[in-house]
Amino acid sequence: MISKNIKLAVENVSKTFRVRGGQYSEDHLLPVLRRVSFDVYENEIVSLIGESGCGKTTLLRIVQGLVHRDAGEIRVDGRPVAGAGRDRGFVFQQANLLPWRSARANVEFGLELQGVPRRKRGERAQALLELVGLGPAGEQFPHQLSGGMQQRVNLARALAIDPAILLMDEPFSALDAQTREVLQLELLRVQAETGKTILFVTHDLDEAIYLSNRIVVMGARPGRIKRIIEIPFGYPRKDLPELRGEPEFQEIRRNMWELIRNAPPLAA
Amino acid sequence: MSRQTAAPGPGNDSPVGSAELETELASDDLEELAPPSGKNRLWIVRGLSIIGAVGAWEIFGRQVDPLFMSYPSEIAVAATHMIASGELLVGLTSSLRTLIVAFFIASVVGIALGLLIGRYRVVDAATDWLVNALYATPLVAIIPLVVLWFGLGNTAKTFIVTILAVFPILINTTAGVRNVPRQLIDVGDAFAANERQIFTKIILPSALPYMMTGLRLGVGRAIIGMVVAEFFTAITGLGALIVKYGNQYDTASMFVPIFVLMLLGICLSLAVRRAEEWIAPWKATEE
Repeated sequence: MISKNIKLAVENVSKTFRVRGGQYSEDHLLPVLRRVSFDVYENEIVSLIGESGCGKTTLLRIVQGLVHRDAGEIRVDGRPVAGAGRDRGFVFQQANLLPWRSARANVEFGLELQGVPRRKRGERAQALLELVGLGPAGEQFPHQLSGGMQQRVNLARALAIDPAILLMDEPFSALDAQTREVLQLELLRVQAETGKTILFVTHDLDEAIYLSNRIVVMGARPGRIKRIIEIPFGYPRKDLPELRGEPEFQEIRRNMWELIRNAPPLAA
Repeated sequence: MSRQTAAPGPGNDSPVGSAELETELASDDLEELAPPSGKNRLWIVRGLSIIGAVGAWEIFGRQVDPLFMSYPSEIAVAATHMIASGELLVGLTSSLRTLIVAFFIASVVGIALGLLIGRYRVVDAATDWLVNALYATPLVAIIPLVVLWFGLGNTAKTFIVTILAVFPILINTTAGVRNVPRQLIDVGDAFAANERQIFTKIILPSALPYMMTGLRLGVGRAIIGMVVAEFFTAITGLGALIVKYGNQYDTASMFVPIFVLMLLGICLSLAVRRAEEWIAPWKATEE
């Protein structure tokens, strides 16, 4: 099912931030990413995971073009990218819906920017709302929607521009456990229906194993790739509770936990 | 008794299964079937309070020298006279005309300048000292100067009302542009919006509720400006009526335009507040 066409190529990406010193400290440089390279294949779900400060969200924002990289190259479908582009759809951690727009108008946002005619984008938005299970809620405003529903709109908005790859930044981390599991399931369904390639940032080990075909485990200070883990479970997957019971799941989880926790002391 | 507590009803805590997700609701969509009875009772209290105050005024007002104080029934009689003679209507239209023209100018200028100042640091640096200084100055202080410039006619009144109303509008618009949440700009960036699209589709709508707040504060200041301007340039309008009857020691008649002003203030503020809720329902619930 997953081909070997490279959809997203990240090559030797590095990023350093300048940290402004306070009253007692000087300005100093904080390397957040050092020479990070990996590929994401077509139709694949890849998760970025690692302790906080490993630069996984920064990396995702660099891929989207929200943050400039200092060095390295990023290619989508073989084309190098500079800045934000409509070949990538971004799903934010907080839904970040525009509060003055209805759910439907939020989904239409990207299409509107591209100048797609009103009728056409309305139809597309409705189709996407239905895809994410919000068919009848199109006229609701964000403040009338629950957190889970807002994230569904967030996902539909990113899908609306039909991006080559979907970038998701811990989209379920602010939800309650039940809603999170429902949405993980829904994401797998949507991915199966649309065949989208997804790069998914999370700090939740179970979520990463459950969703991903491969997991990129990152270490901090500076952010770098520690290992890329292949998940042996095929799609469609069993329910998470069932999958969790399997010894293989437990072993992957344990290994990953060790890998993340045993951060070696600062390598000079 | 009168506290409004929203106790969850018993039997509502059945577990939410995944299939029932469609019924998820945001909390502000939920309403209790039986509103707490305290609310109606509060309206009764409010009504009694009004009746009590007006009644007391009627009783004790009659015992005071009519030169210094009047009372409701006498004011009502004076009002009918002033309405019948057409005097009140003439004053009101004159005042309203100034108010509407000046408020319109203040809104256009305040919003336009506010957007520029909020968006461009250069404009801000060039003007912030002046805006702050003028906003802090009690601008009624410059009325004699304005009269020197424009005389006692409508131009002077319009100028005074405009300059009083413009600053709250300008300052709130600027604040609105500055307080656009960073995450919403990120959304525009992520979807590759250009500069103009970010401005029209994110900054402008996001700043709208602030502009409405500015307009609401501006209305209040505009009414003050109008009355004060009419005191000084005392030729027409409600302010002129107050001065006229004050000079004639006709206290009851003097109260009539005061009440009209009060009603005007209440109506205009309510109208802007309704407009605020209509334009920005997501903000109105926060207050």
